Amino acid sequence: MSRSRIVVIVWYVFLLLPLYWLFNMSLKTNAEILSGLTLVPRNPTLANYRTIFTDPTWYSGYINSLTYVVLNTLISLSVALPAAYAFSRYRFIGDKHMFFWLLTNRMAPAAVFLLPFFQLYQTIGLFDTHIAVALAHCLFNVPLAVWILEGFMSGVPKEIDETAYIDGYGFPRFFLTIFVPLIRSGIGVTAFFCFMFSWVELLLARTLTTVNAKPIAATMTRTVSAAGMDWATLAAAGVLTIVPGALVIWFVRNYIAKGFALGRV
Amino acid sequence: MTLRLEQLARRVGKETHLYRMDLTLEPGLNVLLGPTLAGKTSLMRLMAGLDRPSEGRVLVDGTDVTSRSVRERSVAMVYQQFINYPSLTVYDNIASPLRLARLPRPEIDRKVREVAGLLHIEHLLGRLPAELSGGQQQRTAIGRALVKEADLLLLDEPLVNLDYKLREELRAELQAIFAQRRAVVVYATTEPLEALVLGGRTVVMGEGRILQTGPTLQVYHHPASTDVARIFSDPPMNMLEGTIADGRVSLGDGIAFPPCAHLAALPAGRYRFGVRANHLGIARRRPGDVEFPAEVALAEVSGSETFVHLLHDGVDLVVQEEGIHSLRLGATMSVFLAPGQLYAFDAAGALAAAPARREG
Repeated sequence: MSRSRIVVIVWYVFLLLPLYWLFNMSLKTNAEILSGLTLVPRNPTLANYRTIFTDPTWYSGYINSLTYVVLNTLISLSVALPAAYAFSRYRFIGDKHMFFWLLTNRMAPAAVFLLPFFQLYQTIGLFDTHIAVALAHCLFNVPLAVWILEGFMSGVPKEIDETAYIDGYGFPRFFLTIFVPLIRSGIGVTAFFCFMFSWVELLLARTLTTVNAKPIAATMTRTVSAAGMDWATLAAAGVLTIVPGALVIWFVRNYIAKGFALGRV
Repeated sequence: MTLRLEQLARRVGKETHLYRMDLTLEPGLNVLLGPTLAGKTSLMRLMAGLDRPSEGRVLVDGTDVTSRSVRERSVAMVYQQFINYPSLTVYDNIASPLRLARLPRPEIDRKVREVAGLLHIEHLLGRLPAELSGGQQQRTAIGRALVKEADLLLLDEPLVNLDYKLREELRAELQAIFAQRRAVVVYATTEPLEALVLGGRTVVMGEGRILQTGPTLQVYHHPASTDVARIFSDPPMNMLEGTIADGRVSLGDGIAFPPCAHLAALPAGRYRFGVRANHLGIARRRPGDVEFPAEVALAEVSGSETFVHLLHDGVDLVVQEEGIHSLRLGATMSVFLAPGQLYAFDAAGALAAAPARREG
C-alpha cells in the first residue's frame, strides 16, 4: 500500500471517527454505552430515535430551530438583495465605508449583543418567539449576505441592467425576471451561509427563548436529570441535528465552489 | 425624427468627458468617428438618456426630453460587449421589448421571426446566448435592438469584438438593414475605414469635442483640421512642415517643387502639409511625383499591402504600398510623393487647401 494511501485512510478515520461514534451511540442503550467499549452495537435499537420523534419536548426543538432558521434566511435574503444591488450599482456618499462597516458588525462576539437584545425583547414582548431569534441572527447574517451577494452582482455587467431599461423593463420586473436568475448561484451560497450560521448559533438562540421557541441545541444541553445523563437519546438527537446541514450542503455544493472562486466566501 | 443636442456638456467629478457641443442628427446613418476616449460612448449615453448631461438639452423633434427616463424614450442600443439576457433564449431575448410593449402574441412571433431571418439566426431561436458564438450573440443583441423599431438606434462599436471576416460580413448586412429604416442610426467606431464603408454622415470626435460634421466622403476629402485629418485616416495622415514662397513649395528637408493647381492659390507663408499613406510610394507612380530620401524604420506586411514606416528629417512617415516588400531596416531609400494629393493646413491647424476632386 502506498504511503499516500495510508495518509488518506488515516485522515478519513480521524474525520469520521467522531461521527461514527455518535451514530454508534445513537443505536445503543444507555446500559451498553456505560458498560464498556463496543465498536458495533450489541443490540441495535431505534428506540432513541423513537423517543425524539414522539416526545414533544424533543421534536418541538427541531421545529423551533428550523422555523427561526428559515425565517432568518428569508429575512436576510430579502433585505440583502436590494442592499447588495445598491452597493454594486450605485456610487453614493460613504458607500465604501458603509460596506466595510456592515462587515465590522461580524467582528463583535455575539455575547456583546446578548444583553441589549434580551432587554429589548423583554420590553416589547418579543421574548421567546421565533421571530425574535430570527431577527437577532440578522445582525450577523445580513452583513454576510450583502457581502457575498455584492460579489456575485458585480460580476453581472451593468450593461445588462441598461439594456433592460432601454427595452422598457421596470425595476421590479427586471430584478425578478432577469437579474435574480443571473445570480442564482450567489443566492444559493448566501442562503446556505445564513442557514448554517443560524443553525449552529446557540448563545443568542438559547438566551432569547425559554419554552415556546427553544432551539434543539438548547434542548440537548438540558438532558441531565436525577437519573444521570441520557447518553443514547442525546446521541440520536445529535445525529438528527447534523442532517439538515448535510442536506443543505448537498444541494449547494456546486455553488459554494463558485462562491469561493469569486473570492467572497 | 430629428435629434438635437443643444449646448450639451458632461462632467464627472472634476473631469470633463464632453465639452459644450451642438449637434443635429437626421434620420439615416450617422457615424461617430473618433479614437478611444474621444467621448463617443459618453455622447451616446446622453442621447439614449442613460446619463444626464451636466449642461444643455436633448431635443427630439423640438421636444425637450433631457430629463425623460430612458424607458419612456424610443431608443435601442447595441453595446461593444455582447449583451443579452443570459437566462432567456434567443427568441425570448428578441421578443422581450415587444412583450413589454404588450403587443399581441401573433404579431410578436411574426416580428421576431422576421428580424431573426434578417440577421440569419432563425435556426438559433431556441438556444441560450451562452450556447452561441460571439458573432451570433451580437446578432441576437442587434436583433433585439432592431425589433423594437425605435426612432433612435445607437450602436457603440458593435463589431469591434468580432473577427475580421465576421465583421465585414455583418457590416455589409447592417448597411442594407439601416438603409431600409427611418430611424436615426448612430454608429460609433474608431476605424476610418468602417466610416467610409458605411457612408452616410460622419461626426468626427476627439478628446470630448465634436471636430467636424458632414457627409462622410466630404469630411474625408476636406478634413477641417489636422486633428480630423489624423483621426479620419488610417494610418494617420503624414504631416510635414513646410513653406510656400517665391512660387515654390518646400517641405521637410530639401523637398521642393512648383505648386500645383490647388496649392498655387495659397498666399506665401508657413504651412503644415499632410499626405495620406496611400499617396506616398516607394516607386514612382506618376511622372510628376517628387522624390526624396528617407530611412526605413519598420515594414509591416498586412495582407496584400505593406506599411513602410520611414524617417525623414526627424518626422515619422508611413507609406502604404501594394504588394509585399521586404526592406532592410536602417537603409536609406527613395520615397515618392504625389504633389497633387497634398493637403495644406495653416499655422492654427485649419485646412487651407485640399486636393481637387473631380466630384467636387
